[in-house]
Amino acid sequence: MEQFTTAIRRIVRSGFHNFWRNGFVSLASILVMVITLSVLAATLFGGEILSSALTEFRSKVDVTVYFQTDADEADILAVKEKLEQLPETEAVIYTTREQRLADFEDRYRNDQTKLAALEELDENPLGASLNIVAKDPSQYEGITAFLEGETGALSNRQSSIIASTNDQQKQLVIGKLTNILNTAEQLGILIMAALIILSIIITFNTIRLAIYISREEIAVMRLVGASKTYIRGPFVVSGMLYGVISAIITLALYFPLTYWLADFTEGFFLGFNIFGYYLSNFGYVFLWVVISGILLGGVSSYLAVKRYLRV
Amino acid sequence: MIKFDNVSKHYPDSSVALEDVSFSVEPEEFVSVVGHSGAGKTTLLKMLLAEEKPSKGKVFVSDTDVHSLRPDDMNTMRRNIGVVFQDFRLLPHKNIYENIAFAMEAAGRPDEDIDADVPYSLELVGLERKMWSFPHELSGGEKQRAAIARAIVNQPDIVIADEPTGNLDPENTYEIVQILKKINELGTLVFLTTHNTGVIDALGNRVITMKGGRVVKDDREGKYDV
Repeated sequence: MEQFTTAIRRIVRSGFHNFWRNGFVSLASILVMVITLSVLAATLFGGEILSSALTEFRSKVDVTVYFQTDADEADILAVKEKLEQLPETEAVIYTTREQRLADFEDRYRNDQTKLAALEELDENPLGASLNIVAKDPSQYEGITAFLEGETGALSNRQSSIIASTNDQQKQLVIGKLTNILNTAEQLGILIMAALIILSIIITFNTIRLAIYISREEIAVMRLVGASKTYIRGPFVVSGMLYGVISAIITLALYFPLTYWLADFTEGFFLGFNIFGYYLSNFGYVFLWVVISGILLGGVSSYLAVKRYLRV
Repeated sequence: MIKFDNVSKHYPDSSVALEDVSFSVEPEEFVSVVGHSGAGKTTLLKMLLAEEKPSKGKVFVSDTDVHSLRPDDMNTMRRNIGVVFQDFRLLPHKNIYENIAFAMEAAGRPDEDIDADVPYSLELVGLERKMWSFPHELSGGEKQRAAIARAIVNQPDIVIADEPTGNLDPENTYEIVQILKKINELGTLVFLTTHNTGVIDALGNRVITMKGGRVVKDDREGKYDV
């Protein structure tokens, strides 16, 4: 056990020495790794922006069913109950005739013409409504099909209580936006995956080049009887050190960057503040970037040394 | 101690590095291998360190076939052979103390032994004052002395020196030969390859002469005669 801890201590010390004494090579490796980790962090932020924008968008898309003014509340609530039981439905909000009138008056309180026209009528011209939010925009088709009575929710008797739905107008927009979002999501994943793979390859090659410089050294170590683990250890420690330092630099760079982009993302991506997200999820982002850095540096070094150990 | 038994080494391009080489070396002997470039001297040493495998035949160190060793046993065997190269091959980013300590660390020796033995080996080669220098701060002769200190620090039974004076001036050559003689007098088998006529003639020890991959002469008290 003591021999093991001594070996670990020597490997770690040697790794730190290599890192410090190969200053220029270490600096070059760190710079390349900062780029890789920045891409990885961008993936994390990009994914979060997209997912937040999608959620926000989905919550804004809905279908509203307007009932006849003489529709019985019990019938409306029966339709509401059936809609709530659909697997596609996220929420169904019932608005009474009185509430709709109050909302109308509130919305047009500065439009005297509309309010005067309303007063001309003897009774409330607005029927009750059901506002339906689906779990996913693509599921509105199922809900509208249901409303059209295909699944029997609205029997002949019930269909007479519906004045109109806005699904016809929204159907096209919903369909198009869903397609755009899905394509953007898939394209985003593809671009990010390509960038990640590319930057990992570049990092791996940079570290391989750094270790290539030491190939003669590795051969000598083998010839004086050092085990493969003992030779590889310090290189892996140096690689992990590259990862930690690159991660810290990347995290530091993301502070001004996200601060600068905050207003833009808030306006463009439906209220997503990237700087706020970074601050409130710093622990998660820190772990993601640091662990990626350590793994990237450690594994690249491990693989790169392997090639020169065949002496 | 060392035995080459009908060893041949043929490369895929049909070139022959060694052809039916057989000889043995006893413990505490000082043997020099001479020959022109391409005679097979370095291949011989590579076989001994299991850097290369023979196409035919076997190489024994202490009655063990070095090419049948498992990786762990190979490391142990290599720690028992000190190696000195023509181009020194010191680790450039370690100082002289660390270079020599590395050989001991690789053998798993405790810190106390390292603290005691590294200065002692450097004293033996007259380099104790350069302990904290880096290789690039030393002259060629000093580098070679440091390499010898590294080779002997684990008190090996065998020291292999591959053209150790090839890059040195006559004065440093003389010093290196004296150090190798001293190591041999302390009971270590020294296996030297060289081009240097003066070195061989001054040593007056056993000389194996190689030509075209074959042993053409093996004299107990030889002279340089290629």
